[in-house]
Amino acid sequence: MRIKINRDMCTGCRLCLQICAIEHFSEINPKKAALRIEAKFPDPGKYWPFVCTQCGKCAEVCPEDAINQNEIGAYIVDKERCTNCGECVAVCPVGVVFQHSDLEHVIICDFCMRCTEVCNTGAIVKWEKTAAAKEKEA
Amino acid sequence: MNNGIAGTSLRINLTIGEIERIESDEEVYRRWHGGRGVIAKILYDEVPRDADPFGPENIFIVNVGIMSGCFIPAGSKVEFGSVSPLTNGHGDSNMGGHLGPMLKFAGYDMIIFTGISPKPVYLYIDNDTIELRDASRYWGMGSLDCEKQLKKDLGEDFEIATIGPAGENGVLFSCITHDFGRQAGRTGQGAVMGSKKLKAIAVRGNRSIGVYDLESLKKQVMEIILRTKTHPNMEPWQKYGTSFFIKWSNDNAVLPAYNFQTTYFNDVGKIDGDQLVEQCLISHKACFGCWMNCGKYTKAVIPGKPIVHLEGPEYETIALCGSNLGMKDINHVAYINWMLDNLGMDTMSGGGVIAFAMECFERGLITEKDLEGHTLRWGSVDDVEHLLDMVARRRGIGEWFAGGSKRASEKIGGGSEKFAMHVKGQEMSGYDGRWSPGMLLSYMTADIGAHHNRSWTITVDIAEGRESVEGRAKIVVYLQHIRPLFDTWCICRLFWGEVDVTPEEIVESLNHITGWGVTVDEALRTSEMIWNLTRCHYIERNRDNGRAFDYPPSRSWEDKIPSGPGKGKGVTRDQIEQMLDEYYAARGWDKNGNPTREVLEDLGLVFAADNLEKLGFLGKPIPGGIPPVRGEKYKPKAF
Repeated sequence: MRIKINRDMCTGCRLCLQICAIEHFSEINPKKAALRIEAKFPDPGKYWPFVCTQCGKCAEVCPEDAINQNEIGAYIVDKERCTNCGECVAVCPVGVVFQHSDLEHVIICDFCMRCTEVCNTGAIVKWEKTAAAKEKEA
Repeated sequence: MNNGIAGTSLRINLTIGEIERIESDEEVYRRWHGGRGVIAKILYDEVPRDADPFGPENIFIVNVGIMSGCFIPAGSKVEFGSVSPLTNGHGDSNMGGHLGPMLKFAGYDMIIFTGISPKPVYLYIDNDTIELRDASRYWGMGSLDCEKQLKKDLGEDFEIATIGPAGENGVLFSCITHDFGRQAGRTGQGAVMGSKKLKAIAVRGNRSIGVYDLESLKKQVMEIILRTKTHPNMEPWQKYGTSFFIKWSNDNAVLPAYNFQTTYFNDVGKIDGDQLVEQCLISHKACFGCWMNCGKYTKAVIPGKPIVHLEGPEYETIALCGSNLGMKDINHVAYINWMLDNLGMDTMSGGGVIAFAMECFERGLITEKDLEGHTLRWGSVDDVEHLLDMVARRRGIGEWFAGGSKRASEKIGGGSEKFAMHVKGQEMSGYDGRWSPGMLLSYMTADIGAHHNRSWTITVDIAEGRESVEGRAKIVVYLQHIRPLFDTWCICRLFWGEVDVTPEEIVESLNHITGWGVTVDEALRTSEMIWNLTRCHYIERNRDNGRAFDYPPSRSWEDKIPSGPGKGKGVTRDQIEQMLDEYYAARGWDKNGNPTREVLEDLGLVFAADNLEKLGFLGKPIPGGIPPVRGEKYKPKAF
């Protein structure tokens, strides 16, 4: 299961960031979200959302083996093992592994899909591989 | 704190560069509800009545309110306040975007600026790091240019508010700009910032906002999100923003054209919402936490001029800088919008002032000689460009117009005060009230001058009968209670006004955030208290009976609408007097428009009654006493 981004549809409202932090930390704080939005103003005048693509680079570099893929494909951080060293932050190609000064572990998207529920424009949508695509891959 | 309040406020003395952290007092918020309410109380208490709005004794306040930044519909606003140089009374103005929430995420509810900095500065906030930094390299920059530069210098994740050259030069209707197109435009808050040599505010924060009951809030808001997504009004709002009202206004004879000479614009099809979306739209843009995305990010393309990017034009700007200036191309309206934004002037007052100047030119009251050899013709974007440069730099007769249309008409004379379309010095919004008497009364009585956000009654006027003024005052009073509450809570009113989120639901959200257990009636009463205080403040500063300040320019009753569906229509002077009488009675004020001791004491404003009495402007007791229940009982059937 993945999240598909339709870049041109993002309006920069940050509801996705809010619900993400509420869901995972029970706090209103967009800086604790597991996705990010870049505002490209005044030119070209667009918002670009970035979410985890499940590339797995974070897990590859983790010296503590604290990041492991679960059954839906998400990379889950073991908060006990994570030392917040930041190596995964540095290698993430889309910049969606986050650190926060309150926390002693990194934040990575667990694909709970709450962001896709609040997005009202179709910029962030739930996306599952079709059976045919899965078969082809296999 | 777990009540929507960040906990810390800042008091910054710009004269000596001192920054003091103070605790945000929950009791003050419980009574005044933040935003406009807290601002009204501080301005009333702390600014001497004879203080020059541009002097060191005026204070400039930024307040984030209770609900902004919390997970609720469009909890995005930030309220600015100071004694207005435009109206010489209580002034406040708000904007959406992301600055207000970010201030709270940095840990702050309010910033109170006092004094005047000896040199241009900007305020830098990064959580606990708070600094007044040298702004000499940004001074003189356009508002939008300055935001771009500060983001480059500090980081893209800073939220930034700036002023432009107009604010620096003391143009009375200067605005504050943020997020490349969100403005706190009204009452000249940008001019006060400029007078204090404060070029910008840049904020970044990563803290959490604590609320009383997050689970209940989340549950309620998720329900509202899913319900309003499919509301029939959602799609036009998302597609056009406010611009889809332009054609409606024209069809209903309220769209100002040619400086409010008429209410019908023949070429409306060239500047309406369809044209905006087809010709100019780049992307849809939302404020923090809003799924309505009424913001339209656009470009203006005019041969021979640079292609410019801007947010808008929205309804008010299309009305006041479009039809009101005789503009027949949406790109021209957008270009004027961009010029006003970057120079740092309110597009509403700005459009009103340009239109006033154009009518003066048409009537020969100002000439090409006055305009450095330029003309000022209806529909000419080049002429507007030249005038705006004169105004922003206060060059030649630009100096007169920099004071707004009221002060300009005093300089120009020749009967021009008749068509200087303002009340209390602030230019009218983009609706002509001659055949919408409740709207006219809304302008006349709004506590910050002629602005529509305090009360908007056009659909009520149409439903109740546009020829009659009967009963309209009570509706205006009801709206003047409920609508300013949104500016008090620092959230957007569109979810209430457009997609049927009820006041009860919003107050429920407030209670989930604060734990206060407020009712809608109590909130309306708080709003009435704030309104009475701003009224007292206005009377105390301007030293006359309130009624003296509540009249519109005489075009409003002398000239009937000359064309379009409203041809021949218009209120009479007698109807205007009748509406004022009914309005004062509905508020429990006397015939002179002065609040009485009874009503002020009932609202807990004994100190204001004492002050009015000392000055000789306390209202005389009204026959039958004050109306026993004001507020929800006035709720008109149309709502």
